[in-house]
Amino acid sequence: MSKLRAFGCFWWDFVVGDDWQVAAGVLVALAATKLLTSEGVNAWWLLPVGVVIVLAASLRRATRA
Amino acid sequence: MGSTVILFLAVFAASAVEAVEALTIVLAVGVVRGWRSTLIGVGTASLVLAAVVAALGPALKHIPISSLRLVVGALLLAFGLQWLRKAILRASGYLSQRDEAVAFERERAEAGAAARDSAAAMDWYSFTVAFKGVLLEGLEVAFIVVTFGSTQGHLGLAVVAAAAAAVVVVVVGVIVRGPLQRVPENALKYGVGVLLTSFGIFWGAEGAGVDWPGGDAAVLVVIGFVLAGSLGLTWLLRRRRVALQLSAGRA
Repeated sequence: MSKLRAFGCFWWDFVVGDDWQVAAGVLVALAATKLLTSEGVNAWWLLPVGVVIVLAASLRRATRA
Repeated sequence: MGSTVILFLAVFAASAVEAVEALTIVLAVGVVRGWRSTLIGVGTASLVLAAVVAALGPALKHIPISSLRLVVGALLLAFGLQWLRKAILRASGYLSQRDEAVAFERERAEAGAAARDSAAAMDWYSFTVAFKGVLLEGLEVAFIVVTFGSTQGHLGLAVVAAAAAAVVVVVVGVIVRGPLQRVPENALKYGVGVLLTSFGIFWGAEGAGVDWPGGDAAVLVVIGFVLAGSLGLTWLLRRRRVALQLSAGRA
């Protein structure tokens, strides 16, 4: 069980890293883009802006800590 | 053509950075404990990495391109933002810059202090440290090779870029006979973080159904936007850090 846990922890750390809120923010931004495009809005601007906001928020958390 | 060149450069730079870090570990262990077991560890890890790329690369071809781009975009964004976040924290002084000379000395001290079984034909410490070092640094490269290569339809080119970077780093390491301290590693990581994040945005949005204005050329605008945003955040953090230091000095 501990090996399985270690394996899961490795992949979590590999993909998600130090700040899980970054990965969550990326998923929210992608889902919002998908939702808008399915409604006929070509929301090409959403993801770049969303990513910079997610990055800025993560840096703010890291430097405050 | 343009995006193919960027793909080559992105994979080459990412591989070079990881190869420099792996070389530091391998050199430290090899110099202190001998080369035979160390090189067997390097070879075994290289085979595992080649198997990962050979298995995953062709398998991804069977996934519809829009789904592939959405998943790859999300993964590249999560992954690229980790690189970029750390690079910005380093550039603004909140994290210490990686120093290969310091890393080399640390690895060398650990290798020297570890127990040695002189009767055994194989030095398992050297094997394990070299294997883990190459495998862990190489997994990031394998991930970038597979995602970039399969999404662009140029897996072969991505493999060549990664292999070329590894060969260049190893050859220079052999000539220098030490860790590569002069490689602008932190700047390279910053650049790779910008590229991974930009391609993550580009492919992720395409996978979500976006039609980029200007087609493939839009990736250059995205790279410029991410770079400008990152430099702006670095500048803001540096300014804040200096202001905090000044106010702490006055208190």
